[in-house]
Amino acid sequence: MSGAVTVAIWFGWAMIAAAFAIGFARLVKGPHLPDRIVALDMLALTCIAAACLMVLSSGVAAFLDFALVVALVSFLSTVAFARYVEWVALRRARQSKPPPLEQADD
Amino acid sequence: MTDLLVDLLLVVLILAGGGFALVAAIGIWRLPDSLMRMHASSKAGTLGGSLLLFAVAIGVGELDVVARALAGVGFLLFTTPIASHLIARATYLLGVPRWEGQVRDDLEGRYDLAARICRAPARSSASLPPSPAKAD
Repeated sequence: MSGAVTVAIWFGWAMIAAAFAIGFARLVKGPHLPDRIVALDMLALTCIAAACLMVLSSGVAAFLDFALVVALVSFLSTVAFARYVEWVALRRARQSKPPPLEQADD
Repeated sequence: MTDLLVDLLLVVLILAGGGFALVAAIGIWRLPDSLMRMHASSKAGTLGGSLLLFAVAIGVGELDVVARALAGVGFLLFTTPIASHLIARATYLLGVPRWEGQVRDDLEGRYDLAARICRAPARSSASLPPSPAKAD
């Protein structure tokens, strides 16, 4: 590892930290349920990127397994959340007076 | 010389990967509705993660690490479109308010949520090809 790669890894940490902060802000703020799910998906991808940087900076290859596990879990959780949102949408279609969308994620 | 090239490639891959992750986050924060946010996060996020996995494959260079990194890239490329398609469908069905500048909605009125069906698009007669005139 030369000095340039080390500097690039530091810049990468800075960018991923900024991405994580912005994504977390959207997760907290997101006005509706799908916004939060999308933000969670992006946070998992940021987590994968951080694990890859950790492999590069520390040289411990075990963090790569962590990245793969996070990719698997984020895919499964996203699919499950999407099914849940679809179920909420179908239930709202059956209700004569559905609650406002802000309270749809009970 | 080879070391220099590998280092240069690593620098480019790391900076591009981190930059795409940052672009995905900025897109999630700035874009006006859920469907556009999904678009930003799925495309830019996949590219950022894949570039960093490539950087790991090149930077470490042992066979098992390269295999796992390439498997991770393939997994991301297979699963992210499926996941984002499912989220987009669920978002559409939930009826979250969309950006007021949207110009067309091809699914307008085609989903019947009570019957759980999606009708085929109604064809206007103008778009149909003219029926061939019957000979005799």
